[in-house]
Amino acid sequence: MAEAVQTDLREELLPAREVDLRRSLRVGLLGGLTAVFVSAVGMVQSFDEAGLVVGPLSFGDILLLAVPFVFGVLAGQPPPVLKGFAEPTPGARNVIAGGVAGLLTGVVLGVFVALVDTFDVRDIFTRISPELLDILTYGQTLAVGILIGLVVNVILGLAGGASKLLGQRWRRPLFRALLVVVMLGVLEALVSQILRGARLGRVQDALYAPTGELQLPSAIAIGLGLFGLGLWLRDQPRAVRERIGAMERERRRLVAAGALVALVAVLGILPRVLGPFLTEVLNIAGIFLLMALGLNIVVGLAGLLDLGYVAFYAVGAYATAVLTSPASQAFSPELSFWVALPLVILAAVAAGLLVGTPVLRMRGDYLAIVTLGFGEIARILFLSDALKPVFGGAQGILRVPDIAIGPIEFRGPELFFYAILAFALVASYIVYALQDSRIGRAWMAMREDERVAEAMGVNTVAAKLWAFVIGAMLASFGGALIAVKVGSIFPNSFNVIVSFTVLIIIIVGGMASIPGVIVGALILVALPELLREFQEFRYLLYGALLIVMMLRRPEGLIPSRRRARELHEEEVVQDAWLRAQAADASATPSGE
Amino acid sequence: MRKPRWLVSIALFGALALVAAACAEEEEPGAEEFSPGPLGAVTVEPGAPIKIAVFESLSGDTASLGEDQLRAVQVAVDDKGGELLGHPIEIVELDDGCAAEQGTTGAQRIVADPEIVGVIGTSCSGAAIPAMEILSEEGFTMISGSNTSPLLTSIAGEEATAHLPGYFRTAHNDEIQGAAAANFVFSELGLTKAATIHDGDPYTEGLATAFGKSFEELGGEVVLATSVGVDQKDMKPVLTEVAAAGAELVYFPIFQPAADFIAAQAKEVAGLDAAVLMGADGLLSDTYIELPQTEGMYFSGPASPTGSEYEEFVGKYEAQFGEKPIQAFHAHAYDAANVLFAAVEEVAVEEDDGTVHIDREQFRNAVAATSGFQGLTGTITCDEFGDCADPKITVVRNTEAEKTIDQVRANVLYTFEP
Amino acid sequence: MAETVGLKARRAGRLSGVDAFLWFVRVVVLVAVAWGSYKSISSGRLTAAQWRGLIVAGVSQGAVYGLVALGYTMVYGVLRFINFAHGEVFMAGSMIGFFVANGLSGTAMWASLPFVALLIALLAAMATSTSISLVLERVAYRPLRGLPRLVPFITAVGASFFLQYTFAGLFGADSKAYPPVEALKGGFTIVGFRFGKVQALVIVATIVMMIGLYLFVERTKAGRAIRAVSEDQEMASLMGINVDRSIALVFAVGGAMAGAGGLLYGLTFGQVDFLSGFLVGIKAFTASVLGGIGNLAGAMVGGLVLGLIESLGPSLVLFGLGVPSAHQLQDVVAFLALVMILIFRPTGILGERLAEERA
Repeated sequence: MAEAVQTDLREELLPAREVDLRRSLRVGLLGGLTAVFVSAVGMVQSFDEAGLVVGPLSFGDILLLAVPFVFGVLAGQPPPVLKGFAEPTPGARNVIAGGVAGLLTGVVLGVFVALVDTFDVRDIFTRISPELLDILTYGQTLAVGILIGLVVNVILGLAGGASKLLGQRWRRPLFRALLVVVMLGVLEALVSQILRGARLGRVQDALYAPTGELQLPSAIAIGLGLFGLGLWLRDQPRAVRERIGAMERERRRLVAAGALVALVAVLGILPRVLGPFLTEVLNIAGIFLLMALGLNIVVGLAGLLDLGYVAFYAVGAYATAVLTSPASQAFSPELSFWVALPLVILAAVAAGLLVGTPVLRMRGDYLAIVTLGFGEIARILFLSDALKPVFGGAQGILRVPDIAIGPIEFRGPELFFYAILAFALVASYIVYALQDSRIGRAWMAMREDERVAEAMGVNTVAAKLWAFVIGAMLASFGGALIAVKVGSIFPNSFNVIVSFTVLIIIIVGGMASIPGVIVGALILVALPELLREFQEFRYLLYGALLIVMMLRRPEGLIPSRRRARELHEEEVVQDAWLRAQAADASATPSGE
Repeated sequence: MRKPRWLVSIALFGALALVAAACAEEEEPGAEEFSPGPLGAVTVEPGAPIKIAVFESLSGDTASLGEDQLRAVQVAVDDKGGELLGHPIEIVELDDGCAAEQGTTGAQRIVADPEIVGVIGTSCSGAAIPAMEILSEEGFTMISGSNTSPLLTSIAGEEATAHLPGYFRTAHNDEIQGAAAANFVFSELGLTKAATIHDGDPYTEGLATAFGKSFEELGGEVVLATSVGVDQKDMKPVLTEVAAAGAELVYFPIFQPAADFIAAQAKEVAGLDAAVLMGADGLLSDTYIELPQTEGMYFSGPASPTGSEYEEFVGKYEAQFGEKPIQAFHAHAYDAANVLFAAVEEVAVEEDDGTVHIDREQFRNAVAATSGFQGLTGTITCDEFGDCADPKITVVRNTEAEKTIDQVRANVLYTFEP
Repeated sequence: MAETVGLKARRAGRLSGVDAFLWFVRVVVLVAVAWGSYKSISSGRLTAAQWRGLIVAGVSQGAVYGLVALGYTMVYGVLRFINFAHGEVFMAGSMIGFFVANGLSGTAMWASLPFVALLIALLAAMATSTSISLVLERVAYRPLRGLPRLVPFITAVGASFFLQYTFAGLFGADSKAYPPVEALKGGFTIVGFRFGKVQALVIVATIVMMIGLYLFVERTKAGRAIRAVSEDQEMASLMGINVDRSIALVFAVGGAMAGAGGLLYGLTFGQVDFLSGFLVGIKAFTASVLGGIGNLAGAMVGGLVLGLIESLGPSLVLFGLGVPSAHQLQDVVAFLALVMILIFRPTGILGERLAEERA
């Protein structure tokens, strides 16, 4: 951290050291509206059906309790300070700010509850039911429930505001411990499966009740244990990383290779360990990962926002199905998968050219809408009666045979996992190789500024077409795999939501970054499959997530460094300027 | 901070756990006296529930179709006292979304759970076809209370393309419904020019085709056979084509919401204002007949069962769910559930401690051999292709006086019983 | 400047292959349209009355597209940004219009003073859409002004899905059927064209709103401020115009138009659901591009043209070319129109009205 600047300027720039009441009220109001929203949309009620810990604490309750806490934290934040200046030390005013926010949240929620109790709005707001009311009033009568709600909200708001007081040392491990406990509760299916597979059934029984909730003593024990661990190990990861960074190149390569080998070993035994259902979940995530790697090239590397990516996915799926299935009517050569694959790739290339050519000269956002149109056109054409003899119309194509290598048929989730893994490795390698290649750099130049790139001699026409073609190819891999995995394809599966899901994976995970895409696929595809209560609100949360990501961290969770720098250009420049100013000021005597 | 630290911690923890798990041995299955057949078997431990999957349309515009049948199955379970062979019956609910895609994913969920004995479902034929591809292969048996597409069983006495072993239904084959509707239109209404509209779903297409075939056999003319998309809103172009072809009757055995638009816009198309509109059982629900544009429409569909047993059933249904049955296939679902229970009881092998083994192949054969079974919908006897129903089709009409689906279904104008 | 010349020559060389291909496509499309139309009309399958019916339907539908397109075109003209969530703004108005209409349908007013009731529903719809549009601008777009253009666009995509599923969660995922209006049943004939009463209402309402909008933009001070901001934001702010407020106003007006479109759409089709906004949004954007982005009259012209293309395209062109079930490809025709226009006349029918490309 830069040294605090020792000038009078500091006193003038920093706001007064009192509770910013208006801000707390505004945050509290927002919190209240969020709580109302979450209730009205039905999340509270749906989440209420699953419990975190044995006893009265359901996920719905946690959701409701989380709101005042989170907004308390937000209200308790010290006012924003320019980089290079010291933050004011947190004190009572943060806590009070949090409390005020919590209070207002409680008030808004209370008003909502009172209104809903008086007027029956179920005709309009279908989710505002008596059960919801029951949850919101903690099972008590109206007045008592509202009062309890107020108190609870204030307390949580105060707690949220106080979180700043704890200091980094304590706060990080605490939050992480809490997070892990919640995740253990949420991912009960996954954890149980792993424990069962490891013959640790006793642990599973100790951890979870038969209904799938966490046992309270175990939860507390784990929470405290992790908290302690976190305190003890707090600097270890960074120390490890620094040590690795300090090693010479050769040793670092060895470490990287070792990590890679370990990873491959883990992946090799994964299906066995996880069992069929969870492997199936990974398979679905894997196919999206393939597509995300492809879209990563088009959007992340080349900067072409393709919203109709599902068209290539569909082309791959239909090409595979038509070529391999006996059920396609007009044209069924019934080739084997591997013989059909080159033809599928050819079809994808053709599709990529077909989409890429008209959009060559279009501006970025126009390109997005047009590609979106192409995506819809593809779906409608595959659905249409006109092309029914070839593509099966609304009934799709059934009886797509499994992939076979010699006598081994890749049937069943576990074997299929390896097929997807193979394709994913190939795709990752392609992306990785492209990033540093000539065409990769051409893409980056084009992404920065097209005209300048042209002037520098980059053939933007070829670059764009290449981007579309390679992106199409990778998407067609995904399509081929899904056709084989499910054994049948239907036109309505290839809709805009697929394009959107792939897009959000790379946006959230991190554009132009392979590990980012993997994390994105796991969080956004694998996780929802495991959380059944979450399913209804999946796209709502995706949308909100996209907005929040763009506002806060447009480069994604695990971005490539270059991308992050591009997007925060202004801040980087400002940083540098401020640091220069600070250096200047400390060199010269203070005062005007 | 580029790579959040917690990710590293979680990754390490996960890796360790996985390695530990992989190093562990797999348990060897102990030798059992009961040996399962080629399709495998379900073993139900003492005290454990017998799981039945109910795979119906539980959301969207066809939710009433599925919800109605799910409730009927629940009444059937209650009638058995909630248990079978001393084990509680557990219903596993799955949504078929009335679409092929969810039919596929639901079926995959079912086969991933080896404790499921049998399946009651699906609601829609379009979901059943891909579902059976998966279920049949894995040895599961499915009995549907509302699939009617001929493709799933037989057409003109020959095995149909989508027929697979393990599929049965207590609902009628739409060849019969098509013939019923055609007879009504030709003989009772005296119309000779009809147009059919389906929406690509196998049920709608099957029924429209069956109607067309029968209609032409009677001497009528199908002036246009076309289709619309399930989420198509603008029906003017297709209705204009229908008008251009000179249709006197438009038979659109499809679902909501597409049917809503057809009914509403037909009146606005020049040349169709006098045409008669007719739908089928997919539309026999409150949500459709309450729409003003559907007044005067005819509907073909399965006959409402009669008799004291049916009255009793309705009474139980109403007591438990607060309203009368909301669609047309509840009785068929009830019968399907009972056929399933009967087959389970027939083939189950019980051990002394209460463990129950149900061999899948024997179970399938038992259902296939169902004969003379008395259900709410009539006498249930399964033929070689899975059709088990005792079909009786009626044509009803929605007039201004009828306000509920019950009343519409009671307004019978024609009965057809082959 | 030899380098520039060389560069131009190089670029021209590369593009000539692509250009040739595009020219080929243009010719194919024109021939297909001409041939298909000729065959369809000469086959005599549809009567003149039926063709006229299709035309009226196209105009009426197009009017709705035009109203929504106004929002797209205004925002693009000022901010050079496609408000992808505008379709959901439209849907929101349509939904709330439904609830108000539904609520009023039980009262005496519905029967005795139906147009007053409809007006109330219209105002409710417009108010809702305006609010949502304003909130969108304030929360999601304003903080991102100045970032590379794709960032706010992606935010808009996120907002679009968020709104869709919020409405699905709040009000249910089923379609909402607008209550029937007795006064709007039936139709009348003018110059051989048969207008349903609803269609006539849509067209009249649209004309009224266009006039209102024109007066607003041309004659009022706020309207002039908007025009100034769309010309040159920096200059406008230097001249004392509150740029933020003008931009907010643009979103508000666009939202209001979309809300009105929503109610009229509901009356036309009788139904609305949470996904209605998606397709209408894309088509309305197509309309605004067709007419010339940034150009208000262009938005309406584009809307009408698109409506006609959609309505007549399948029956007129595709049927003649022998495509079975041509009406299923209605949306394909609409999207192809977008692609064609962007390839061959990206400035639209009436031409663009945008400020110079800023460096």
